[in-house]
Amino acid sequence: MLRLALKMLFGDRGKYIMLVSGITFSTLLMTQFPSVFCGIMTWTYANMFNSRAEIWVMDPKAEQSLDNKPLRDTDVNRVRSVDGVAWAAPYFQGTLQARMPDGNFKLITLVGLDATTLAGAPSHLLQGSLEDLRLPNTVFTDEFGLERFSEGQVHADGKPRRIGVGDTIEINDREARIVGVAKARRSFTGGPFVFTTYERAVLYAPQQRKMLTFILAAPQPGVSAEEAVRRITAETGLLAMTEEQFRWSTIWWYVRNTGIPFAVGSIVIIGALVGMIIAAQTFYAFVLENLRNFAALKAMGASNARVTGMLIVQALATGFIGYGLGVGVASLVLRFFVRLGKIGVYTPWQLPVAVFGVVLLISSLSALMGIVRVARTEPAVVFR
Amino acid sequence: MTASHSSAISVRALDKSFGEGDARIHVLKQTAFEARQGEMMFLVGPSGCGKTTLLSIVAGTLQGDGGDIEVLGHPLSRLSRAAVTAFRAQHIGFIFQQFNLISTLTVADNVSVPLLIQGVPAREALRRAEETLERVGIREKAGQLPGRLSGGQQQRVAIARALVHRPPLIICDEPTASLDRENGLKVMTLLRDVARDAHRCVVVVTHDPRTYPFADRMSEMEDGRVFRVLQSPEEIRRQHTETL
Repeated sequence: MLRLALKMLFGDRGKYIMLVSGITFSTLLMTQFPSVFCGIMTWTYANMFNSRAEIWVMDPKAEQSLDNKPLRDTDVNRVRSVDGVAWAAPYFQGTLQARMPDGNFKLITLVGLDATTLAGAPSHLLQGSLEDLRLPNTVFTDEFGLERFSEGQVHADGKPRRIGVGDTIEINDREARIVGVAKARRSFTGGPFVFTTYERAVLYAPQQRKMLTFILAAPQPGVSAEEAVRRITAETGLLAMTEEQFRWSTIWWYVRNTGIPFAVGSIVIIGALVGMIIAAQTFYAFVLENLRNFAALKAMGASNARVTGMLIVQALATGFIGYGLGVGVASLVLRFFVRLGKIGVYTPWQLPVAVFGVVLLISSLSALMGIVRVARTEPAVVFR
Repeated sequence: MTASHSSAISVRALDKSFGEGDARIHVLKQTAFEARQGEMMFLVGPSGCGKTTLLSIVAGTLQGDGGDIEVLGHPLSRLSRAAVTAFRAQHIGFIFQQFNLISTLTVADNVSVPLLIQGVPAREALRRAEETLERVGIREKAGQLPGRLSGGQQQRVAIARALVHRPPLIICDEPTASLDRENGLKVMTLLRDVARDAHRCVVVVTHDPRTYPFADRMSEMEDGRVFRVLQSPEEIRRQHTETL
């Protein structure tokens, strides 16, 4: 009977395509926009992805990874002196303008690392050696940096010029020679990352009384990061967070203080509602058109449970196929976005699972509407 | 008449009304009806006399308000809804006026439905469906969709569907109403053969006087009651000389 239920469904091609389209469209919206949202959110804590440290220490009023509330340089030693801290290193982060060889300026996110340990240096290098950062006036950038810096650059003969290792840019009128390229996550502010030593970074950056953005630290063996964080906060009065805590603090700050979640959430809810309405209405129309057939089946001895089973199979088959197509199309679209490199895309495993749950809900509601209608239909109607 | 006299359907003092209060309509009033195995019993009467309601109650698709209904030895009025549903699946074949074939299923699939309802495996159900289609002379149409068949062919498919699970009782609601004269006569011949060959009871509700010669007996209804039962084809011919 369930095989017949599927044949009934697939045989009515027009209705079937409408049903599947509704679910596909809904799945596409519910997958694509949150993926872009999650991608954008990963940009907000890009520095934590590029510079790995178990503990981040900051000004007590700082809330998120781009919150630039500088500390005193001496705070590094205060953190180092906390019992349970293995090491602590200064970390500068700032948004600056870099001057390209053709005279144009480009926005960059400058990161200054401790020259001795290079703690917080990107772990994945594409070109060059980190040791070269100890040479005078040297910087690393990321792939996006090379692409962004190369925009509009031309040779003397007018041919496009690709900026790369060995080329020199200027930051705050100081020479910065690119000696390496790292794989780095994009910054929320849009500028490519440029890595150098802390001492050089504070020279590049406009002078302020305090220049230290964060202190990176690690707990001693046998001390948990959470315990070290608690001790740092208690003993120094600074705000310390584990990497995980800092990441979520950053994400929640953006959720609370920007309209991004609302905009994305609206689209997701509209997508779910539109999909639900299209799917439920089309499925109900399919049931109504087949009401006489279902009544005939009941007259011939099919129980309500069996007809209910048929309707559930039809609704779930539509849901599963629509979901599969929707996720497939979303995956293609998102891949295209990733290739373009203009939009952040991140699809945590929880997202497709949640979307599957919503699709299951849509299918169940559609089936329920049909089940109620068919259950109320007396088999005797076939004689009228 | 070649039928034995064992009772297939016995209805006594059956009442049925629809609606509430002033809008209440008494469709069946203390109605009695009987049909025997191996016979074609016709149920005739003017529109609105209660034929279809009586047929629906006998078929177990509608419940009466009172009275006794015994079908193939089962006290239908005292069975639960689930038991009546199971009874229909096992013992009754249906032929509807509008055929009620599922347009998106092939002819063979349509015919296999009663077997699938009984839980027969799909492959076995299809094999038996094709056998039955052979019996009604349209096996070559097994893989086609019903929409591609003529009205007469569609009704043959419906007959095959009614026969495939070999039920002892076949209920027909205006089986020739959607057919031309030639196809109507073919369908009735087939139904008569079905009744006689397998000693089945075939109950036919009809308005169509052209089919009266196929009846073994005929119950005539008016105003919610069976007022006369014609006990033989000769008696039917005598009473309906003008219409035949």
